[in-house]
Amino acid sequence: MSAARNLLHGVDGPRRALHRSRVPEETAVLNYLIRRLLLAIPSLLGISVILFVVLALAPGDPFEELATNPNVPPEVREALRTKFGLNDPIMVRYFRWLFAMVQGDWGFSFASRINVDTLIWQRVPTTLFVVGSSQLLALAIALPVGIYAATRPYSIFDQIANTLAFVGFSLPTFFTGLLLILIFSVSLDWLPFVYRSDIAATGWRWYWENLRQAIMPITVLGLFQAASYTRYVRSAVLDVIQLDYVTTARAKGLSERAVTLRHVTRNALIPVVTLVALQMPAVFGGAIVTEQIFRIPGIGSLLISAILANDTPVIMAVTFVFSCLVVLFNLIADLLYGWLDPRISFG
Amino acid sequence: MAGSTLASPSAEPVPAVAVGAPAVSPARDTWRRFKRHRLAMGSSVVLGLLIFGVVIGPWIWPVPINEIDFAAQLETPSFAHPLGTDDLGQDILARMIYGGRISLAVGLAAMMVAILVGVVIGALAGMSRGALAIILMWVTDLFLSLPQLPLLLLVIYLFREQLKAAFGVEGGVFMLIVVVIGGLRWMPVTRLVRAQFLSLREKEFVEAARAQGATKFRQIVVHILPNALGPVIVAATIEVSSAIIAESTLSFLGLGFPPDIPTWGRLLFDAKDHLDSAPHWALFPGIAIFLTVLSINFIGDGLRDALDPRRVI
Amino acid sequence: MISKELQGLVDEVKDGALSRRSFLKAATAFGLTAPLANQLLAFNGVAMAQPASGYKPTKAGGGGPLKVLLWQAPTLLNPHFASGTKDQIASRIFFEALAGWDADGNLVPQLAAEIPSKANGGLSADGTQVTWKLKPNVKWHDGKPFTADDVIFTAEYAADPATAAYTTSAYSNIKVEKIDNLTVRITFPNPQPFWADAFVATNGQILPKHHFGDYKGAKSREAPANLKPIGTGPYKLVDFKPGDVITCERNADYHVPNQPQFDTLEVKGGGDAASAARAVIQTGEYDYAWNMQVEDDLLKRMEQGGKGRVLVAVAGDIEYIILNTTDPNVEVDGERSSVKTKHPTLSDPAVRSAINLLVDRDSIQKFIYGRGGNATASFVNEPARFKSKTLKYEFNIDKANKILDDAGYKRGADGIREKDGKKLKYVFQTSINAPRQKCQAIIKQACQKAGIDLELKSVTASVFFSSDVANPDTYTKLYCDMEMYTTTQPQPDPERFLNQCVSWEIANKDNKWLGRNVSRWSDKEADEAYKAAQKELDPDKRAALLIKVNEIFCNAHVFVPLLARTRVVAAANNLFPRVTGWDVDTWDLAAWYRT
Repeated sequence: MSAARNLLHGVDGPRRALHRSRVPEETAVLNYLIRRLLLAIPSLLGISVILFVVLALAPGDPFEELATNPNVPPEVREALRTKFGLNDPIMVRYFRWLFAMVQGDWGFSFASRINVDTLIWQRVPTTLFVVGSSQLLALAIALPVGIYAATRPYSIFDQIANTLAFVGFSLPTFFTGLLLILIFSVSLDWLPFVYRSDIAATGWRWYWENLRQAIMPITVLGLFQAASYTRYVRSAVLDVIQLDYVTTARAKGLSERAVTLRHVTRNALIPVVTLVALQMPAVFGGAIVTEQIFRIPGIGSLLISAILANDTPVIMAVTFVFSCLVVLFNLIADLLYGWLDPRISFG
Repeated sequence: MAGSTLASPSAEPVPAVAVGAPAVSPARDTWRRFKRHRLAMGSSVVLGLLIFGVVIGPWIWPVPINEIDFAAQLETPSFAHPLGTDDLGQDILARMIYGGRISLAVGLAAMMVAILVGVVIGALAGMSRGALAIILMWVTDLFLSLPQLPLLLLVIYLFREQLKAAFGVEGGVFMLIVVVIGGLRWMPVTRLVRAQFLSLREKEFVEAARAQGATKFRQIVVHILPNALGPVIVAATIEVSSAIIAESTLSFLGLGFPPDIPTWGRLLFDAKDHLDSAPHWALFPGIAIFLTVLSINFIGDGLRDALDPRRVI
Repeated sequence: MISKELQGLVDEVKDGALSRRSFLKAATAFGLTAPLANQLLAFNGVAMAQPASGYKPTKAGGGGPLKVLLWQAPTLLNPHFASGTKDQIASRIFFEALAGWDADGNLVPQLAAEIPSKANGGLSADGTQVTWKLKPNVKWHDGKPFTADDVIFTAEYAADPATAAYTTSAYSNIKVEKIDNLTVRITFPNPQPFWADAFVATNGQILPKHHFGDYKGAKSREAPANLKPIGTGPYKLVDFKPGDVITCERNADYHVPNQPQFDTLEVKGGGDAASAARAVIQTGEYDYAWNMQVEDDLLKRMEQGGKGRVLVAVAGDIEYIILNTTDPNVEVDGERSSVKTKHPTLSDPAVRSAINLLVDRDSIQKFIYGRGGNATASFVNEPARFKSKTLKYEFNIDKANKILDDAGYKRGADGIREKDGKKLKYVFQTSINAPRQKCQAIIKQACQKAGIDLELKSVTASVFFSSDVANPDTYTKLYCDMEMYTTTQPQPDPERFLNQCVSWEIANKDNKWLGRNVSRWSDKEADEAYKAAQKELDPDKRAALLIKVNEIFCNAHVFVPLLARTRVVAAANNLFPRVTGWDVDTWDLAAWYRT
């Protein structure tokens, strides 16, 4: 039900015209998709080279803790560097990594001395749950609030929504997280603030405990994200709301509600789709600060501790998966643009 | 027309309104419309006051920012210390004034870098139909996937000493921070602008301009860009607050200003563990950041409304 | 081997004329701390006391869950690869050593039947042999018996350079033989005044040969038991998520009667120290948290009406400043801060002594570290027999000003002193850590009042403490005028610790900046005293030599010691952990109990 097409042919325009144009369009989309996927391979290879070089050149040493310990002779450190191949030239290390990755071997963690994929898979469910829910929460708040605020610009509702949004992104998550902990854990003693991945309870209790410990992190992340989403949605809706075709639709006697939902929202969605696609990789990548505050065993905390310990194989694996997702979701966004606005060509 | 994602009904011959030939000059018209935007005007005053305050503040309130006084730890606001003191007994007002210069400058400059880079790359990628678009989007994807922390450490390691030698301690760090924050935050802007361009470049008014022989550059700057500004302005306002906060995070990586320079983000960070016993310490930098963001947002809103001649104010 | 007076006291103990406790007291007066004093007794044929742990429960189990919070998460559980304290704490839950150190510095037997002494024949008269008797009927978590073979294997495992064990130095120069199934003998190449290193405490955790036997040397990283530890400890592993959580259950077969009290154990990792303190002291979500690197004021506020409290134990770590006497801004043969250069102003002893007077140690202790450190002027503070008695500190801006005036440093227009066009402007570097940044601010302010300008620089810890040869910001490079950090003294004997003061350990390009002497300063007398101490068998004379090394560096004000750090932990009000500054937190986890 493309509003755009309806408009091109009048609100209730002839459908046949649409069907006729459909077949070549679908082939075009398919061709475009195949071309983009093929392009993604060299592009990811390129990204992996640069990631690897950045990590190899970045300062730091995985065996730093040994350096301050007078009991550990320097030879041990050297032996370890040799053992983990840290003394080889960068290109040798890169190709070793690449061939292993192609064969499904993600590497071996210096710090934990286990396979990197084991480490990552242990953390994926929690990350998806916490960060994913917070994204859903953000959208659930931002879409209605943003749209409603834009339909009544500078009304009381709009002003309050705006002010709250500004408060939302003026305050960093390290601050709001702590504020919530002080209120709901320390003062009121309602919620736990240490996130446990090993809750012993079963059945409903298990769900209940998980929910209770996830409320604060999801709220902190969700509200922070909702604040900026709201502003984008409002702005995007404002951009289209007073356009001629909307006026036309209104003039044709469509109800205000129908106008807003069918015409405005859909066409205001392009920036929103862009932003959501930008945020999606983070659902896998986690949220470093919030995970740290609530001790959530997510990918973000894995990444930050790997970075602090200079555990390169872990950093490389996480960031490479992350870049694959970046490329994938940006591709999805590009395909969605074409669906939202059929005039966007896949040239 | 601004940011429209679809064609106007061809029945209405209005396409080039945004760039039409008004009787008065567009700049003056914009200013006239901006002036009518009460919130935007009020916000300009607030932002002006903030900037004025941090620039001339040290003469009005000549208290040293690092005068440690253990007898006056964590004092609530009083006559001697209008905004109270921190845990070393240092005067928060003096620190806010000093840090505000840096925070405001970093916030605004980093925002401009991010927006400028983002808009330029986004516009090029959105207009190009060839290899350029592919390369630019690859670069965007690359920057989106780079792990920021190791990259930052690498940047400090490679450039800090040179910049310090060239611009002095604070100047060098300032350049570094602005470039780093701006350089790592332009990608969302790029993708937003590109999406707008993909849609706008197919519109009748652009086609009309093209048919009339407008150069690519003119198409971008005169016809498309003004219509793509909506999300850019929102992004710009969000960037200012993120940059002010990001600066404080950077100083924890040793990339930011030396630890004794009390930027607003830094004050907020230092205050967080004393939130229950000395809320005033966090309150004032929080309010300052909030006011900055608020006023820049409303100025942005006002600008956008003023740039769109059809919007009723 | 020891001086006359001490020998007299020792004899009195032997005769029973002097109680053990009084001896320890008297020995402290001689400057001996408990660990050394106890070893002294051991060498002289007095059995070590079996100190009571105060353990109350009368049966094992029934104590419910014990929840421990480490704000740095353990990432591996093999004690011989445990690089950080977090990993050592975690592996000590499952693996035990022959003995551990308690808070008073007593050696407490764990897998040993008794502590070796002359009386029980455990120590040879010449100090070159130690014989350990093992505790009988100890079982590994899988039911197999613990024997001397496991002990011998552990030594071979750690000594093998291909294993690259972090504990290797304790085993590389010793010979370990099996006497019988429950007896092993260590032979040292030279007499060892401090013999309790191999098989003791962190370095000494015994691995089961039947699980690690096939994974010695280069194959060590493939051992499945690296992640699924099977030890002799009070708790058995249920699940381990690296970087997150360890869950354990009670070992019903534990070798100490009535221990442990708790049915399950959870060790959760991650977050930061301040919120860990909140979780234990304020909300009681957790029972114990380690290493409270939090400002003491904050802890005190939390303790008011809280559910937990803070416990403190002395340790040997020192927070100190190095004043660089070489020039960090001139490059010679590819390195800055080379010993071939001289610092334009800090090479002047007057400037260094002025800076020493500008460090307000009392305020730093009172307002920042609180119970976390004691102000000191001595580089070595524990064991107390090695602490210098002559070194004193003072905070005196006027005196510092006078010294600088007398030395000819005049204030310029900007208030900064200079002489011959050389300004007293310094870069003061440290790692990123809130208390350190506050210390920097306090010192900067005092220096300002004396006409010295400090530029504060902080480097992220993962870079500062790295051994990355290419990075200019590591602490061993010392590309700055002053730097501040804590250096740790892992065992209750400062000999190895003081190799930071010898000329052949100077960090430079040739040794890839791995040398332990970061300050670059050296002194012939200090070198000689150190070498003499390594050979000296008389503990008293040896201590005097080591004190001399310490004093030479502190009196030259190359080292400006600030605080002798302590161990600070948080525990629930009804939990009684056994905290010590000489071993890891979990060294005697079996004896923790709740009332």
